Amino acid sequence: MLILDEPTSVLTPQEAESLFSVMRGLRGTGKSLIFISHKLEEVLSICDTITVLRRGRVVGNLPTLGATKEGLAELMVGRSVNFERKRVSPVLETPLLEVANLNAKSARGLPALRDVSFTLHRGEVLGVAGVAGNGQSELIEVLAGLRPSTGRVALEGKILEGGAAQRFKAGVAHIPEDRIEMGIVPTMSVAENLTLREYGSAPLANGFWKDSSAIDRNALEAVRAFYIATPSIHTQARLLSGGNIQKVILARELAGNAKLILAVHPTYGLDIGATDQVHRTLLERTERGAAVLLVSEDLEELMSLSDSIAVLYHGSLRGPFPVGSVTKQQIGLIMTGADISNLETDLEPVGVA
Amino acid sequence: MRFVPLTNPSRWRTLQVSSLAVLVALLIVGIVFALSGVNPLTAYWEMLRGTVLDSRGLAEVARRVIPLLLIGAGLTLAFRAQFFNIGAEGQLLFGAMAAGGVALFLPVTPLTLPLMFAAGALAGGGLALLAAWLRQRFAVNEILSTLMLNYGAFYLMLYLIGGPWKGKNVRGFMYSDEFAAGAQLPMIPNTLVHYPTLILAILLAIALQILLTRTTLGFELRVVGENSSAAKYAGLNTSSIVTVMALITGGLAGLAGVGEVAGIHHRLLEPGQISLGYGFTAVIVAWLARGNPGLTLLTAPLMAVILAGGDVLKISLNLPFRIVDVFSGVMLLSLIASEIFITNKLVWSQIKPTATR
Repeated sequence: MLILDEPTSVLTPQEAESLFSVMRGLRGTGKSLIFISHKLEEVLSICDTITVLRRGRVVGNLPTLGATKEGLAELMVGRSVNFERKRVSPVLETPLLEVANLNAKSARGLPALRDVSFTLHRGEVLGVAGVAGNGQSELIEVLAGLRPSTGRVALEGKILEGGAAQRFKAGVAHIPEDRIEMGIVPTMSVAENLTLREYGSAPLANGFWKDSSAIDRNALEAVRAFYIATPSIHTQARLLSGGNIQKVILARELAGNAKLILAVHPTYGLDIGATDQVHRTLLERTERGAAVLLVSEDLEELMSLSDSIAVLYHGSLRGPFPVGSVTKQQIGLIMTGADISNLETDLEPVGVA
Repeated sequence: MRFVPLTNPSRWRTLQVSSLAVLVALLIVGIVFALSGVNPLTAYWEMLRGTVLDSRGLAEVARRVIPLLLIGAGLTLAFRAQFFNIGAEGQLLFGAMAAGGVALFLPVTPLTLPLMFAAGALAGGGLALLAAWLRQRFAVNEILSTLMLNYGAFYLMLYLIGGPWKGKNVRGFMYSDEFAAGAQLPMIPNTLVHYPTLILAILLAIALQILLTRTTLGFELRVVGENSSAAKYAGLNTSSIVTVMALITGGLAGLAGVGEVAGIHHRLLEPGQISLGYGFTAVIVAWLARGNPGLTLLTAPLMAVILAGGDVLKISLNLPFRIVDVFSGVMLLSLIASEIFITNKLVWSQIKPTATR
């Protein structure tokens, strides 16, 4: 018997497909396999029977034949989930973020970004695909002010400068890759974590002094607006579920006038209910004129949220391509470094500055 | 037997566990007493009778509370920011030297005492800052640097009192001239309690508690200490926060040094006579206060009773004074070992292996 726990999270679709054929081969020789995944399409395509767990309990045990994505999602969250996202394609007119010839080094001093250039418009969601470790983290860190770089980065025509605090003030929100290690202080309360960005300025502080009633009010408001499930606003953040920790981060990052939202794996490890909320929140912000740079390893997520998709391969950016113009398979090929000149007959790169 | 993490450890549990840890330490030290041929109950009774139940003993306790409170309150802050300052002893000596310099070489004016305190705080803070800078610039572990700097301070003091600052009429002894009356702190009559420093220490412990819980700097300090990557992510200026914190913790140790020389000795003398290991005992004061500067108002007197009690044991039961080191050591060990019980509970049952077929 073979147990596979989220085996596809670091694979391209092509690699996942070849994993599946290996699995089918093993099944043919009489082996039993357990496949653990949160990607419903994969579960439906590879499994014979499906067991759904919710909060440690088996809530469903059904044959794949006749199972639907919606039905499984409903079992997983306990209520019906709407998969149809009606994304109204925005008019991409006003450039918000202009990036030109960006170069940066990784933590180990190796080149991580090579001449990255792209333009992100108001209201646009730009998805960045790529196998983990091809420069996605570095790109986000550079834009968030956490990593030095060379090249030009301008927000609304003004050169984006300074460290993380200064950039947040300028309108750059950052939903970090590692939400517990970076996004929160686990031992601090939910209310305190919600002040991590603006603890030092009015209304949360009065000069040198914290305003505890303003901090509580801010927290209660965030808990209500983002449906954060927490016993109290004074509960330590580490005691919350992953989804609720992510909501704390979202509430905090989007509290100001976020113009550019850097979102890295924003739904990784979240249940479908929380995922849905994160997606809706991000799209809502784009309707109000914000732009989202979305890094995800989940191509389904990228395709359903983004207006255009770019691929990072060895630090170079391919694209962006309008989302309707490329298939999942083509994106997967570019992720493995396939020469795009062969594909260019089918693809029309847009927005390359 | 296994540990099960508690989801939300309460303050009440922290208090219970800490008290129990102190009790365990008392039991272990009791065994040491018994092994030295002294009935532990007699020993503890003598310690109590000679300290808190005796007016002169109480004054001896109060005298020791002063440096322990100053240093301990500052250390809680440093530990909160994950800056493990083990060099309070050296910072205390630097404070004493700076105060001595002001008292011996500047004209005595009504401003002399405030100036001594200011110089002492700066000198102690400066020494801690050196360790903080070494950590930030060269990633030198501050436990090592502060510990080593203790020796630097120790020998610098010896050099000063044996060399350039040696008193004119002290012949073979190693100490400085006596400070002028204007550079001496007033004391409660018939005691060695220099009350201005005591009041200062109490006020500062309260002030640091307020700083930690009510101000934005206190918040920053906790973020830096509790999750440094989140501090970086949010764009906090970690190095300036650590700088301020080092100045505070070192500065308070420096103030303690000023109090000892201006309040008790009225001159600079051998390091071992200025500080009875206050810089190290204060680590226990801070640890026992579990990161709350205000709680050192309770834990400093507790350790002061043990220090003063050591003197009593030496006199009335003929035990070596070093018994207090055993005391401090066992206490710290017991406290550190008890940490796990604050966030975990002990379950005696065995994990039943899941039934397999």
